[in-house]
Amino acid sequence: MSTVVEPSTLSAKSETLRGRLAQSPLAGLVEVSDLDMTVLEVAPENWFALALFLRDDRGFLYDLYLDLAGVDNLRRPGRRTRFEAVVHLHSLTNNEHIRIKVLLPDPEKPVLPSVIEVWPAANWFEREAFDLFGFEFTGHPNLRRLLCHDAFVGHALRKDYAPGQRWFFTEGDLRWPDWAKNTEERAGHFETQTLSIGPSHPATHGIVHLIARMDGERIVRAETQIGYMHRCFEKMAETHTWNQVIPYTDRLNYVSAMINGVGYVRTVEKMLGIEVPKRGVLIRTILSEFSRIMDHCVNIGANLVDMGALTNFWYLFQNRENIYSLLEACSGARLTVSYVRVGGLAIDVPDDFVARCRSLLESIPTFVADVEKLVTNNRIIRNRFQGTGVVTKEQAIGWGLTGPMLRSSGVPYDVRRTRPYDFYDQFDWDVAIAPDGDNFSRYLVRIEEMRQSLKIIRQALDIFPSSGPVNSDDWHVVLPPKDAVYHDMESLIYHFKIIMEGIRVPKGERYEWIEGGNGELGFYAIADGSGGPYRLKHRAPCFPAMACFERIIEGSSISDAVATLGSLNIIAGELER
Amino acid sequence: MFGRGKQLPVHGAAPADSGPADFLTTKLETMVGWARSNSLWPLPFATACCGIEFMSVVSSHYDLSRFGAEVVRFSPRQADLLIVAGTVVDKLAPTLRKIYDQMPEPKWVISMGVCASSGGFYRAYHVTQGIDEIIPVDVYVPGCPPTPEELMYGIFELQRKIQAGEKSRDTRSARFAEGDKHAWTPGERAPEEAAVPGKPAA
Repeated sequence: MSTVVEPSTLSAKSETLRGRLAQSPLAGLVEVSDLDMTVLEVAPENWFALALFLRDDRGFLYDLYLDLAGVDNLRRPGRRTRFEAVVHLHSLTNNEHIRIKVLLPDPEKPVLPSVIEVWPAANWFEREAFDLFGFEFTGHPNLRRLLCHDAFVGHALRKDYAPGQRWFFTEGDLRWPDWAKNTEERAGHFETQTLSIGPSHPATHGIVHLIARMDGERIVRAETQIGYMHRCFEKMAETHTWNQVIPYTDRLNYVSAMINGVGYVRTVEKMLGIEVPKRGVLIRTILSEFSRIMDHCVNIGANLVDMGALTNFWYLFQNRENIYSLLEACSGARLTVSYVRVGGLAIDVPDDFVARCRSLLESIPTFVADVEKLVTNNRIIRNRFQGTGVVTKEQAIGWGLTGPMLRSSGVPYDVRRTRPYDFYDQFDWDVAIAPDGDNFSRYLVRIEEMRQSLKIIRQALDIFPSSGPVNSDDWHVVLPPKDAVYHDMESLIYHFKIIMEGIRVPKGERYEWIEGGNGELGFYAIADGSGGPYRLKHRAPCFPAMACFERIIEGSSISDAVATLGSLNIIAGELER
Repeated sequence: MFGRGKQLPVHGAAPADSGPADFLTTKLETMVGWARSNSLWPLPFATACCGIEFMSVVSSHYDLSRFGAEVVRFSPRQADLLIVAGTVVDKLAPTLRKIYDQMPEPKWVISMGVCASSGGFYRAYHVTQGIDEIIPVDVYVPGCPPTPEELMYGIFELQRKIQAGEKSRDTRSARFAEGDKHAWTPGERAPEEAAVPGKPAA
């Protein structure tokens, strides 16, 4: 249920924040309220000052810029302004999230200051909001379209934009950054040249376009262009019902499809206030951890292939095939499983589920050990991985990285540990971290995380109930059993209502986050009481990682850039949604 | 096509160590088609989920090399089979056309998955509604994503078509190459009729 709390009954956390704000120059300019977390509302002219306050005030130290979601309130009466920019932040010191809504008063020209100087991570998030909502960020150094192509007219996520409206695009319409057109620039003895890598290049993992200014072998400046895989997930979500969105979530991070679905339905379940039985939750956990292993398998395998080490790929991919068989036995699909439903799962697992899992627990470590034997102490790999693509701790936090990228820079932020959901607090496992922030650290962290995932699965199987329901029995949300639908009028009506109208999620909003294969995987959902989401923003963990790629590779060679790109684990479907 | 023929009538004395003569009767096209169909060099244009399944097909478990199509090439100039695996969006459309144009003749195209074939369930503002708007397609493989078996069946179908000398007769995509806007499937409204939503981009 949405929990709108009266200002007089603010939580202790929000009350402290309000007290501190009252003593600052921002007194009276920020409204504090409580929803699922502390929510601040601010006018655009005060946003930059508030941003500095939140980052630097000793009591709060919101240092991780997580997400920026534009909201168009055109069909959502009761809001004060048509456009809102909703920012989510995290404080690593205090381990808490906060939401800031910047209310943009002018519906014709929504303008707000850019906070790139406060959090460098804001860069691409602001470009995305400019592209899809037309927000203008004053002070942004490179405010161009990010996802949609350059011949696009209008702003796609505004409510008055027709979902299927396309615009013709040809090669001549592609806009290059201004600096790339200038070939006169010289550096040292060599004339620099501009190199275009991608969008279709074997090393670009999906579809990424890298434009690099080269001085001999060194990259002196680079810019990444994305949007070659932007398939409008958020607009599609707005035109479907809550359950119909699940197949779309599978195709976000398609390498570990299960985790996305779990993240999404958890958001909706929290809004509905329903609980899933223990058996259902544990199935989700077990399959999510297997998905995490698959995710790391593909990442490490593909990364090594880029550097010419093909053998590991076969070893690691065989793991995937084995896990696919388990997923196929459960859901009927290998890759895009669509197995979760709001309130539980599509169907129960097969009878031999536990036996299958245990046999995988036997086989996976041998494959991982084979790869480790080939790679970890391999001199070529070490030469190419160690000291390349370095991200320091401060940079990682500033760029908004999460997941293995942040942990390999020495920050032990793992959502499963900092905010344990499901049964993660009952398992004995370690957060894998590495200190150096280079490509080798990222490799080591991923290998260790595979081991930890196996450990979690083993413990989950130990407490796994051999029988029992997997779904909630709230028939307003979960489809009644087919048997009952055929023989019972009431069940038939529930079935009909859910299928035809969708689940009625009460009005409200929620940001819910879990640990995905790449880091913090968040969904910010707004419900207006109808059968589908009014707005659904997906916080893609590899989006900030790709955004800072052009900064990481400055000064390195092209071959190191290829190794670095592979270690970021860019999944196009998740990156561009 | 190949066969060990009947024994030919012998005129004069037969050479001592020669058995019946080996020969074949065929047309040149059939012979060339047979050779081509069994030595496909695929270029995987892998963009999304289907690309992961394509990896499975060429990996050890399914091992596409059993059917003479394992020499995966990332350069269009060295490939004769374009496998478009995954969603193609409007921003990528000119790139795909360029890659297709760079491939030497004869060339074939497999559209892997429903996104490449028709846009799939992305009936949306930035997604190409089927790559046949851009390039001619020989074989469509349905599925989201198709299983490796399905893709392999698609490749067998293509081999059959190559042996039979069939080519795609799709002409719509040629209009895209000429820059004709009407080659595209409009979304809910044709671009010309649509009122410009929101504010035009700066």
